[in-house]
Amino acid sequence: MTELATRLEPSRRPLAGLYSGNVRAVVVRGLMALKTNNWAVFISGFVEPVLYLAAMGIGLGPLIGSVEGPGGEELAYSAYIAPALLAVSAMNGAVYDSTNNVFFKLRFSKLYQNMLYTSLGPLDVAIGEIYLALQRGFLYATGFMIIMSTMGLVTTPAALLMIPASVLIAFGFAALGMGITSFMKRFQHLDWINFALLPMFLFSATLYPLSVYPGGIQLFIQALPLWHGVELLRSLSVAHFTTDMLWHVAYYVVMIVVGVVLTTSRLRTLFLK
Amino acid sequence: MSETTPSVRSLPPEPAPRRGAAAAAERPVVIRAENLVKRYGDFTAVDGISFEVPAGESFGLLGPNGAGKSTTMRMIGGVSRRTGGRLEIMGLDPEEQGPVVRAHLGVVPQQDNLDEELRVRDNLLIYGRYFGLPRAYLKPKVEQLLDFAQLSDKANSRVDDLSGGMKRRLTIARSLVNEPKILLLDEPTTGLDPQARHVLWDRLFRLKEQGVTLVLTTHHMDEAEQLCDRLIVVDEGRIMAEGSPAELIRRYSTREVVELRFGADRNAAVAQQIGDLGDRVEALPDRVLIYARDGEAVLEAVVARGLSPVTSLVRRSSLEDVFLKLTGRSLAD
Repeated sequence: MTELATRLEPSRRPLAGLYSGNVRAVVVRGLMALKTNNWAVFISGFVEPVLYLAAMGIGLGPLIGSVEGPGGEELAYSAYIAPALLAVSAMNGAVYDSTNNVFFKLRFSKLYQNMLYTSLGPLDVAIGEIYLALQRGFLYATGFMIIMSTMGLVTTPAALLMIPASVLIAFGFAALGMGITSFMKRFQHLDWINFALLPMFLFSATLYPLSVYPGGIQLFIQALPLWHGVELLRSLSVAHFTTDMLWHVAYYVVMIVVGVVLTTSRLRTLFLK
Repeated sequence: MSETTPSVRSLPPEPAPRRGAAAAAERPVVIRAENLVKRYGDFTAVDGISFEVPAGESFGLLGPNGAGKSTTMRMIGGVSRRTGGRLEIMGLDPEEQGPVVRAHLGVVPQQDNLDEELRVRDNLLIYGRYFGLPRAYLKPKVEQLLDFAQLSDKANSRVDDLSGGMKRRLTIARSLVNEPKILLLDEPTTGLDPQARHVLWDRLFRLKEQGVTLVLTTHHMDEAEQLCDRLIVVDEGRIMAEGSPAELIRRYSTREVVELRFGADRNAAVAQQIGDLGDRVEALPDRVLIYARDGEAVLEAVVARGLSPVTSLVRRSSLEDVFLKLTGRSLAD
């Protein structure tokens, strides 16, 4: 055996106590575990917005005819709701992973506690897990885009920008979702999240324009995250670029930062107490 | 809790034993704890503990459940923030440099927390990745650890399918993936059958031979006697005594102990009658203990007084007796 090095060199990196620069290991672990995952659950989250697109777009669409799109031009109803449902798809993927799966690892399998006994820091764990959740959002969104294009709802090359925009949306929901989940103590608490998500999905100007609401309610809807995603994707779907988009993007950037900071500090409070 | 002997309680803290100090002079100190305190609200789990562990030593924390052993271990591992005192692991504060310190620690927690979503081999592999170790290093290392844990033929099994002893061995193997300089073992053999315990002890001996510093908590006296070069006896967050197992027995107990059982209702009464025999007599609810240099002679004296115990046993003193002397309680409480 070689001479024991008994004095360690401190790391000079900022956040040395929180971060070891090894997000990758957390992601690799997530991908390895995916092999044993329940695929039925995985698919169900994806199917939901697809069913809405089919029911509303194909069923209700012909009754409604055309509606006014972001740039003022007339759009088929299914083309109007498709980008909004894409945003919902990205949200669902990110939220399912960052709530149910994260909760299980947090409270039952003690995975994070386990990870924090190694040289991983809470920031590595937070970013890695959020990445896995956003990846699921990305997968859902990509799948949904493929369905949209087969239905002839992708009409401009600019619409491809909806994919990176979906990643941004998924990132925001994944980060904040994990942060919020870290406060949950029982499985029943997760129902609150679903309870909040369904009305947000129905009322965030997904299926009809914001203008149907009186002023006060409009402001409330505009404060919610999904509305920003819906607006962003709907504008991109018809290549209607405005400065409003910057606000939508900024909203998600703030959401991501808040989510990552919150998650990191919660992991620290829970497991490095 | 209520059986505390006041005279024992007020003993001043033991000075560091000479043997430990001599060893520390030869070998560099890897863990230095000064006046460690941990409070949870009103409850003080660790109440001013100080100790030093030189490299390569096998150091034990001995005490009943709730004595503050696990909390101390968690502070060493940097996963619990102390309320007061100083702590240095290989020269660094684990609170400020958690990831760096933990890179050189191996941790075996009280409860196995294996990754049940991964297979046996993958558990070791991914744990190595958590330390940022490259695949080229891990591939042979993982096979070697599977062999060490006698789990090579279970490499592709699900963790669920392992027995308790196998899981424990896998947890220990996993803690070695980064070739730690210090291995923290929190009650490593609790819940294992005697055979599995001996297998584990054998593995731990081998690590010690390789120069790994072992820090372990236990409430099994035989385990402490088997594995520890030096130990501290902890009760209610404080150090009651410090030394090697043999030293502690010499200092706080006699060479032999006579255990007599007269039946639950008679033990206390009989203890009065034989109070003059041996160095000290302790009446427990289920038996009477007589501490003496020569146990057989004491037993003969008991019989000569016309007392006939239901069972009698003469044995060597153990750390169990030390603990009883120091705290007035037996460890099983």
